[in-house]
Amino acid sequence: MNLTQNQNLRRYLWPCAGLLVLLIINAIIAPEFFNIEFKDGRFYGSLIDVLNRAAPVALLAIGMALVIATGGVDLSVGSIMAIAGAASAYYITKGVDNLAIIIGAGLVAGLVAGAINGLLVGYMSIQPIVATLILMVAGRGIAQLMNEGQIVTFDHAGFSFLGTGDFLGLPFPVVLVIITFIVVQLLTRRTALGLYIEAVGANPSASHYMGLNAKAIKMSVYCVAGLCAALAGMIAAADIKGSDANNAGLWLELDAILAVVIGGASLMGGRFSIFLAVIGALIIQTLTVTIILSGIPPKFNLLIKASAIIIVLLMQSPLFQKQLGQLNFWKKKEANRA
Amino acid sequence: MLKLNPKFIPLAVTCCLFFLLFGIGAIQFEGFGTPRVFFNLLSDNAFLIIAAVGMTFVILSGGIDLSVGAVIALTGVVCSVLISKYQWHPLVVFPIVLIGGTAFGAIMGAIIHYYKMQPFIVTLAGMFFARGLASVISEESIPIEHEFYNQVSAFGFEVFGDAWIGSSTIICLLVLVAAIIIAHYTRFGGRVYAIGGDANSSALMGIPLAHTTIRIYAISAFLATLAGIVYSFYTFSGYSLAAVGVELDAIAAVVIGGTLLTGGYGYMFGTLMGVLIMGVVQTYISFDGTLSSWWTKIVIGGLLFCFIALQQVLVRTKPR
Repeated sequence: MNLTQNQNLRRYLWPCAGLLVLLIINAIIAPEFFNIEFKDGRFYGSLIDVLNRAAPVALLAIGMALVIATGGVDLSVGSIMAIAGAASAYYITKGVDNLAIIIGAGLVAGLVAGAINGLLVGYMSIQPIVATLILMVAGRGIAQLMNEGQIVTFDHAGFSFLGTGDFLGLPFPVVLVIITFIVVQLLTRRTALGLYIEAVGANPSASHYMGLNAKAIKMSVYCVAGLCAALAGMIAAADIKGSDANNAGLWLELDAILAVVIGGASLMGGRFSIFLAVIGALIIQTLTVTIILSGIPPKFNLLIKASAIIIVLLMQSPLFQKQLGQLNFWKKKEANRA
Repeated sequence: MLKLNPKFIPLAVTCCLFFLLFGIGAIQFEGFGTPRVFFNLLSDNAFLIIAAVGMTFVILSGGIDLSVGAVIALTGVVCSVLISKYQWHPLVVFPIVLIGGTAFGAIMGAIIHYYKMQPFIVTLAGMFFARGLASVISEESIPIEHEFYNQVSAFGFEVFGDAWIGSSTIICLLVLVAAIIIAHYTRFGGRVYAIGGDANSSALMGIPLAHTTIRIYAISAFLATLAGIVYSFYTFSGYSLAAVGVELDAIAAVVIGGTLLTGGYGYMFGTLMGVLIMGVVQTYISFDGTLSSWWTKIVIGGLLFCFIALQQVLVRTKPR
């Protein structure tokens, strides 16, 4: 009992410690990093900025965490973002003023896209990487089709609120992340759904013999991932007041996967933590800020990110842990380098 | 011609589809059904064919390599810097780049095998790493100016009247022939199929998993590097953001070519047809003129779906 508790704690310790270390480094490099001002009913400061910019990836990571927990992966979330943004933009440019229809269009687009993924993975048992690859390739084409290949710009105060508004002093995207997090957390931890998802990911055949409907569970996680991606896509579209099918959410699926992996989830499926996925998203964004603050040219961004993934992956590998009994020595070196 | 052994069905479907699409184009548009258009398909997509051949080895073994596009870009950048800035001769640069690329793939293969990590995430990191390195070396596009490049791109000969076979076509056909021999007629090729079929059984059979896995990813990276060199023959430049998404095109081509994504089944020749089908779709859309380029993506997505569904049907009808 004691041991399992310890393990659980350790799982949360690593990513949180990582985030803390990055924040401390930021504070050392730039002492003004932690300054938060309250102006015009809204908080301002680098920390709030980090939260705000991490919001789309955090939303994607929440959905991705569930998908990865079932042993799958969703490569299409970036394209779904583009589709949802295009769907909302389509209705705005058509002169629809009703916010419910505009947001509903985006959410329905995301839900349909997620359902397609779920159908392919769950009911046709196609490998997740490949099944979602279809929508990743075709999705951007569909998004462009909706607005006839144009980058549509629009001006709709209500919709823009999604990306640039504020609520209780926080940027609205951050509020959306918090709401999504609470809803998904309640759904998965206060009902048996979370347990089912972990069971399907940990051992598909055992869970099948237990009588779990793996197909429906897979379907539902891809739908949730689609909805999360749709939210992120609408935030991105509202932020730039336009829908750019080519660039909206480009490569964000990789950031989302990275966030979940940094959060300590195994890509093989099984145990998941939405909280850690969000922490992972925050780590990615904080790392980006750290790179900027430390004066390293932004062109090193990708290289540092790549090194971070490799290190995180290696740390998770049992063989690597065994090989490096002197892990502490390495960690010091790592902190120095960052 | 083809004796329809069930194992050739996907390949036959792919070939028929290619001729069907080409035929539709030829009927609809004047000048579509000419050898010239056909050979242009080869020369325009030579780099993609080379990269997709490497991807076929990886997918046959049950893995996946997402770093292909990034390696192509990195190759272009390194070549252009060494040639334009340091005035090295391309013939000196190419071996260095190819060795470097192969080593990069071998390292990824070693990490995948020894640390038992998913190929998907390791090559994803490799993709970030290669693109990152490329943008660190140069963020701007660097032109390549060298007499040798002009000669290479001018080299070629005409066949069937006005069809042109250039140096990139020759390279890609040589690669394809070599790959067919390696995949289908050597011990290494057999091992690739065996690992893709069942890694545990093949380990128990005494197949050296470590060697084979590392070699597979080394071959894929080698071919991606070669594709990068061929790509620089068209562009005469190196740019860190070049060839974005080529890995997806390559995977799509392999799947459309009839290779099973779970590994262990497929043919190199199918991959060639897969690339050509994608090329025909593109050519059709540019001949038509009224269809926009985003239709290419939708059609390729649709084709991907059809072929994956077909694979699924074929796998299911097999007795388990």
